[in-house]
Amino acid sequence: MNRIKEKLQEDKKLLSIYFTSGYPEINDTVQIIKSLEKNGVDFIEIGLPFSDPLADGPTIQESSTIALKSGMTTNKLFEQLKDIRSEVSIPLIIMGYFNPILQFGVEKFCAKCEEVGIDGLIIPDLPVDVYNDNYKAIFDKHGLKNIFLITPQTSEERIRFIDEVSDGFIYMVSTASVTGSTKGFGEETKAYFKRIADMKLKNPQVVGFGISDEDTFNDATKYAKGAIIGSAFIKHLNKHGKNNIEDFVKSVRPV
Amino acid sequence: MFYAKKLNKMTYQADEKGYYGEFGGAFIPEMLYPNVEELRKQYLDIMKEDSFQKEFKALLKDYVGRPTPLYYAERFSKKYNTKVYLKREDLCHTGAHKVNNTIGQILMAKRLGKNRIIAETGAGQHGVATATVCALMGIECIVYMGEIDIERQAPNVARMKMLGAKVVPAKSGSKTLKDATNEAIRDWINNPVDTHYIIGSVVGPHPYPDMVARFQAVISEEIKTQLKEKENRENPDYVVACVGGGSNAAGAFFHYLDTPEVGIIAVEAAGKGIYTGESAATSALGKEGIIHGSKTLLMQTDDGQITEPYSISAGLDYPGVGPMHAHLFRSGRGEFISITDDAAMKAGLQLAKLEGIIPAIESSHALAIFEDRKFKEDDVVVVNLSGRGDKDLNTYIDYFEL
Ligand SMILES: Cc1ncc(COP(=O)(O)O)c(C=O)c1O
Repeated sequence: MNRIKEKLQEDKKLLSIYFTSGYPEINDTVQIIKSLEKNGVDFIEIGLPFSDPLADGPTIQESSTIALKSGMTTNKLFEQLKDIRSEVSIPLIIMGYFNPILQFGVEKFCAKCEEVGIDGLIIPDLPVDVYNDNYKAIFDKHGLKNIFLITPQTSEERIRFIDEVSDGFIYMVSTASVTGSTKGFGEETKAYFKRIADMKLKNPQVVGFGISDEDTFNDATKYAKGAIIGSAFIKHLNKHGKNNIEDFVKSVRPV
Repeated sequence: MFYAKKLNKMTYQADEKGYYGEFGGAFIPEMLYPNVEELRKQYLDIMKEDSFQKEFKALLKDYVGRPTPLYYAERFSKKYNTKVYLKREDLCHTGAHKVNNTIGQILMAKRLGKNRIIAETGAGQHGVATATVCALMGIECIVYMGEIDIERQAPNVARMKMLGAKVVPAKSGSKTLKDATNEAIRDWINNPVDTHYIIGSVVGPHPYPDMVARFQAVISEEIKTQLKEKENRENPDYVVACVGGGSNAAGAFFHYLDTPEVGIIAVEAAGKGIYTGESAATSALGKEGIIHGSKTLLMQTDDGQITEPYSISAGLDYPGVGPMHAHLFRSGRGEFISITDDAAMKAGLQLAKLEGIIPAIESSHALAIFEDRKFKEDDVVVVNLSGRGDKDLNTYIDYFEL
């Protein structure tokens, strides 16, 4: 069974961490993944840096710019991940924008993902209909789950459609916002979390965007299966370096 | 002015999903879907409404000053031994064709019930045109502009402020037009209900390229009527326009796209030379990819990172090109020529001396092709003079040490 689906069946709220590969230092990717697993993170999103990340706020943008300046490339990422499966067993998802994947070649990219043991992809600017028409068969062939986003503005009809074509989890964007907001969740957002929970979708939901600490993690996972932290972790790396990951994870989900 | 698309008819117009051949579409994150979808569902119907057309046409006439003249440039024609007409978009209110689109889109935004407008701008021409229509309608206006461009284009920043717009510096990435566009898109993600994004060219996700092309189509609509009066024929032998994102070109080409006897010539900025690493000649340097929600030709590294273009003309300094133009290039329907900074500057100065018209440096690129691209003596060539050179005086002064 796909590692993502297996993980989703565990009887607990899942904590996922996003980080940009090649950041803070170009060769930190593997060490960060191992450290996140060791400290109990349930699954990881590995960011493939892009020059123009439309859906991201300044923190993730900046980390991408630095990674690219250090020489991070798609090939480099696959090289770094070559032996990852001999050491890491939690689900690994690559999150990247579509253009670098298109230039690498979608088929070749998916084959590489399978080869190194990637379980799924999140590509924010690859729309569902284009995916279904052109790429689904390739993803399926290589055993990759494609994760789609919904937002507070997504219509019920479209959520049902996305639920239908999803096979893993649905990425619930918490608020109308790019990544990195730290405002906390107001009543409106909590009502949206509940509304989605009440839809009884076939796929579990994992909340992302705006989760930065224990409070927001708990709010997000009151109904949802899990939550993803990105910018707050990048900020932590920026401040404390990669040797202090344990503190960050414990601050979000004390043991 | 609307082309009903006939099935099975070969066309260079967008199809209903916004594709021009293999280019176009809407590669947008889900956060933008409701906004873009709302627009996509309604734009054609709104544009067809009588009340919309009436208001649009009245404003183009009384506020923008249309129709703009189609001027036979006698001395210029004599010099190049062919018949050259200039379509005088430089005489539009605010100094360039950009306002045709912003008038259309502000009327669209009103009908969609939006009360906040955002825009991106490079040189500031589109920003000024957007700030202008927002002032006209009393609507809040926020313009994103690269931090570097804000420094380079101080007069246009001042104009926008005078018109009541808020100019927000884009500090990410290379701090120029593409980053201003990213910031505008991020703003739209953060404000999904009350805001309309007025994109300034035939770029971005469907329906923008098609919508902007239709608003700019008034240019070729007028050329047809005016040429009939002057030459007793609607179709010139060639239409020439500069291409940044491609909106003035899309407007000048629009009603000739499916008329193969009319040659279409798109002029890009070669910067310091196509292969110098300082160029914006997307058709020569670009590969198929995705920028700002559209599949098109764009300048990028082998790894799919978008690269920074260069041109002396800020309005042509965009790493992509609208999907219509990518298709015109790929299909061979359009002839693509690129012009260096030096050739464009020379052509700008020459037009001033020959015809008493100081063109925008963008438009000077289109005028520069006559040096090497020869036409027959009785060819009728229409050049779209997209804007006037007031905004470029400092560049002209520095370059020619005037
Ligand atoms: C005078 C003028 N011409 C041309 C352009 C290029 O834009 P487009 O290719 O969309 O017409 C600009 C853009 O700022 C402009 O100001």
